[in-house]
Amino acid sequence: MIIFILKRLLWGVPVLLTVATLTFAIMHVVPGGPFDREKRLPPEIKANVEAKYHLDKPIYKQYLLYLNNLMKGNLGPSYKYIGRDVNEIIKDTFPVSIQLGVFSLLISVVTGICSGIIAGINSDTVWDRLTILFATIGISLPNFILAALLILSFSHFYKILPPALWEGWRHMILPSITLGFAPAAYIARLTRSSIIDVINRDYIRTARAKGLRYRNIIFKHVLKNSIMPVVTIMGPLTATFVTGSFVVEYIFSIPGMGRFFITAVTNRDYPMIMGVTLIYTLIIVLTNMVVDIVYAFLDPRIKYE
Amino acid sequence: MNKSAIISCLFLIIVSTSSLLSPWIAPYPFDLQNSDELLQGPSLKHIMGTDKLGRDLFSRILYGARISISVGILTALSSLIIGTVYGGVSGYAGGRIDNFMMRAVDVIYSLPDLLMIILITVIIGRGWVSIFLALSIVGWVTVARLIRGELLRLKEFQFVESVRAIGAGHMRIFFIHLLPNTIGPLIVTLTFRCASAILSESTLSFIGLGLAPPFASWGTLANDGWGSVKFYPHLTIFPGTAILLTMLALNFLGDGLRDAFDPHRKV
Repeated sequence: MIIFILKRLLWGVPVLLTVATLTFAIMHVVPGGPFDREKRLPPEIKANVEAKYHLDKPIYKQYLLYLNNLMKGNLGPSYKYIGRDVNEIIKDTFPVSIQLGVFSLLISVVTGICSGIIAGINSDTVWDRLTILFATIGISLPNFILAALLILSFSHFYKILPPALWEGWRHMILPSITLGFAPAAYIARLTRSSIIDVINRDYIRTARAKGLRYRNIIFKHVLKNSIMPVVTIMGPLTATFVTGSFVVEYIFSIPGMGRFFITAVTNRDYPMIMGVTLIYTLIIVLTNMVVDIVYAFLDPRIKYE
Repeated sequence: MNKSAIISCLFLIIVSTSSLLSPWIAPYPFDLQNSDELLQGPSLKHIMGTDKLGRDLFSRILYGARISISVGILTALSSLIIGTVYGGVSGYAGGRIDNFMMRAVDVIYSLPDLLMIILITVIIGRGWVSIFLALSIVGWVTVARLIRGELLRLKEFQFVESVRAIGAGHMRIFFIHLLPNTIGPLIVTLTFRCASAILSESTLSFIGLGLAPPFASWGTLANDGWGSVKFYPHLTIFPGTAILLTMLALNFLGDGLRDAFDPHRKV
């Protein structure tokens, strides 16, 4: 088991290295540097600035310097927020994004699995149709439109929830619903089809024939076996949360990492873009690893080679 | 065939033809400013109201459909071509080549689409072409995985062995015998690819990283209205509804096609 975890950890290293190299390459082939303003800087000042950020060195030296700093966990200085490190900015914004992420993850898992179970057990009833409708809308509805609808109804029409910022639990409700809605729809869809699949298996029929109580069959046999595919989707769903957070943080003016990423892109703040991209990759690699491990725990048939 | 898929298909046909014909059927040019009619709500003269420069929103949405829908269709087509070639070679060759080619796909697949698209648009700049390129670079991966999986399955069938016995070459086996058998799942995937391209484009434009004015896709229009959503909600609601309806139609169509092509697997 420990060897399995170690191997999965090691697999993440080449992925991270590839992403680091690619982002570095991308950022250095782009025409237009971060210090090309509309108002031209005098050449001496520009040279000084570039020397400070090591932009005057040959490109391979810059790359080695960058990798060396990465090993130490140092993502470099921000070009835009003078005097601040990318590490500092991430340290300030990351907790906010994580709060948002965890909160919406909870919402999506709870509503998704519950509605999926209800629909799967009562297939071809009103509940089932409603869940399918909810799932299709959830997949089709862009999150900025959902956010607009939520803000219009709960902040402007009924003034019960704040439309922006991040100051306490009341501010978390609308953004978390927005971010969790699409994943909830995916989870509901998957849970439903997985339950329908399991409920028609022979061993469930056997359990029924034995005369077990319906509730026991559902909770002990059906749910346990149908939860597997739902666990596997959590890896890809992390990506949905990450990209969703850009939009949600932008709309609700939440000071999280996603919003800083968008600003960094508009400002061409390269170290910031590279740093945030790496953090996102790290999150995704780690989630996929956790999902694999959980999966191996849940299904003893999978061997951790 | 189910009703919702047919209705969706009709809806999509109507939207795309009317967007193609927009220079003739739109009531006003998309960039005609009228300073006497700023920020009006929906009325008989402007059925969806006007924006802050007095431009007719309905006309702008019609023209915007051209961009949004063409981005979707073109991306789906280019993903189809790249994905089929890549996935086809990988699945047909199998073994070590397949293993190597798929690792590259796995890396791209595990990263979030929007993140990659944003990074790519940083390199090639903003605009229609760069969005199209970025969406294609990200989009072919799904198609490649699908085609590869199908080919791995199909090439074990006996009909492949028999045509090989007759003396058919690799190209002939691949294009005449294997590829046509993947058409069902391929069309379904393309429908969903189209939907997700439209969604990514509108999201990108909404957060201000998409198309630059005066061109306006639905996402750009929604973003334009966003600043004053509290007082003029129609500027966000109408473009938003256009996106939502198109997405719903594509998803219903995709579901319907999947059921039609694969009657065993009803989801």
